[in-house]
Amino acid sequence: MNNFEYKKAQNVAESINLVAGRENTKFLAGGTNLVDLWKYNITNPDELVDVNHLDELLQIQTLPNGALRLGASVKNADTAYHPEVENRYPLLSKAILAGASPQIRNMASNGGNLLQRTRCYYFYDAEVPCNKRIPGSGCPAKDGHNRIHAILGTSEHCIAVFPSDMCVALAALDAVVNVAGPAGTRAIAFADFHRLPGDRPDLDNTLKPDELITSIDLPDNNFATHYSYLKLRDRHSYAFALVSVATALQLDGDTIVDARIALGGVAHKPWRSVAAENFLKGKEATTENFGKAADLILEGAKGFGNNDFKIKLAKKAIQRNCIMALNPDSQEPGAQPSA
Amino acid sequence: MQQPQQKSVGKKEVTLTINGRKENLSILPWVSLLDLLRDHLDLTGTKKGCDHGQCGACTVLCDGKRILSCLTLAVMKNGSEITSIEGIAEVELHPIQQAFIDHDAFQCGYCTPGQICSAIGMLQEGKANSRAEVQELMSGNLCRCGANIGIIDAIMQVKDGGSYEQL
Repeated sequence: MNNFEYKKAQNVAESINLVAGRENTKFLAGGTNLVDLWKYNITNPDELVDVNHLDELLQIQTLPNGALRLGASVKNADTAYHPEVENRYPLLSKAILAGASPQIRNMASNGGNLLQRTRCYYFYDAEVPCNKRIPGSGCPAKDGHNRIHAILGTSEHCIAVFPSDMCVALAALDAVVNVAGPAGTRAIAFADFHRLPGDRPDLDNTLKPDELITSIDLPDNNFATHYSYLKLRDRHSYAFALVSVATALQLDGDTIVDARIALGGVAHKPWRSVAAENFLKGKEATTENFGKAADLILEGAKGFGNNDFKIKLAKKAIQRNCIMALNPDSQEPGAQPSA
Repeated sequence: MQQPQQKSVGKKEVTLTINGRKENLSILPWVSLLDLLRDHLDLTGTKKGCDHGQCGACTVLCDGKRILSCLTLAVMKNGSEITSIEGIAEVELHPIQQAFIDHDAFQCGYCTPGQICSAIGMLQEGKANSRAEVQELMSGNLCRCGANIGIIDAIMQVKDGGSYEQL
């Protein structure tokens, strides 16, 4: 663990100035991942710039176009229990509440949730090679203990998964990430925010080092009636997903008008398939059709030995979660299957 | 392993109200709230379990909300009110403390301060409406002795004001 300096500015612009051009200066929000990575000697910041207190980042507000804007420093728990989120985006509320523990949700920020690092054992062990930690050093996970690892979108350089639950729902809901940096502000579509490992597994996302997430926008939509988040893991609660599924449906009777399905725990980013969602449009909401959609989502899925089971598990989880989405009240607490 | 070169960093002035008492402190930026309580203030009731946010033993209340003191830098909480297990009881034991005794809700006792702070935080949040929801919302506190049934019984007794469903 290294020594670091701690700073606080008055607003977003000044905070960015403190980070701009300083490679080893990091923004500090909840700290739940950053402080842990520092303790494990995985990240060694020279300076931390605290952004928890910035009013500009602490709002949840409805925009004139009907979208809901979630401030980046708002805590995960305050977001999940916010009335507008519970009423209009219950899928997001469920997904957030499936993640971490209540204490961590009281600490972790919305922006930080997007930026959490993989929990790959090899990434977290500073004594072993890892292409994400030390580019070019190798990937022991491919031939090692890879029960928790990816089955989709992997590369020869990295098979790590992105661990967030919240982001699986944000992907399904077509969220937009608003960021600010020395060159100004920009909006990033959620699908373009996280990236696949390719030959640069050290890059988790497309945020530049001195850019700060300021908010996340949820477009106005009609997914508050038929939705479900299912999280399958090695223990009942407080564990990362082996496979998770976010489903949101718009129905006309039994016919699917629009469908969103995103997977967590299977890839380097939340996984969606436009082909599968298009396939479901106009179809009846049946286990069989959801199974065909699952086959489209899982096209090209490949296991690495210990995680082969995830392919079949993901198909069953997609089918089950889509059926649960027809009747969200059937679900047990904690993103469990219905009774 | 090669150790990173250490730079010289000055202490920060921080004011915290801890268990009702205002403390003016001078601390290094990387001191966790947990280490501040235990090593700087001799409040050793808050336990260091994993020190990585996985066990919940270090749970304290910060401005009424349950948080993990191990992953919180003390400097981040300047101006906040912290309640640790030492500040839970007033004249008599807090009802949760008494319920833990009544229900044998511990064996070794190491997770107990965190369990009690977490339970109080959970009841203040008001989101747990059933036994299953209490279990889910207490899942951030591990008990390796396996006293979980007693822990949930104790919380249910307080939540329901005395009447509760025994397993």
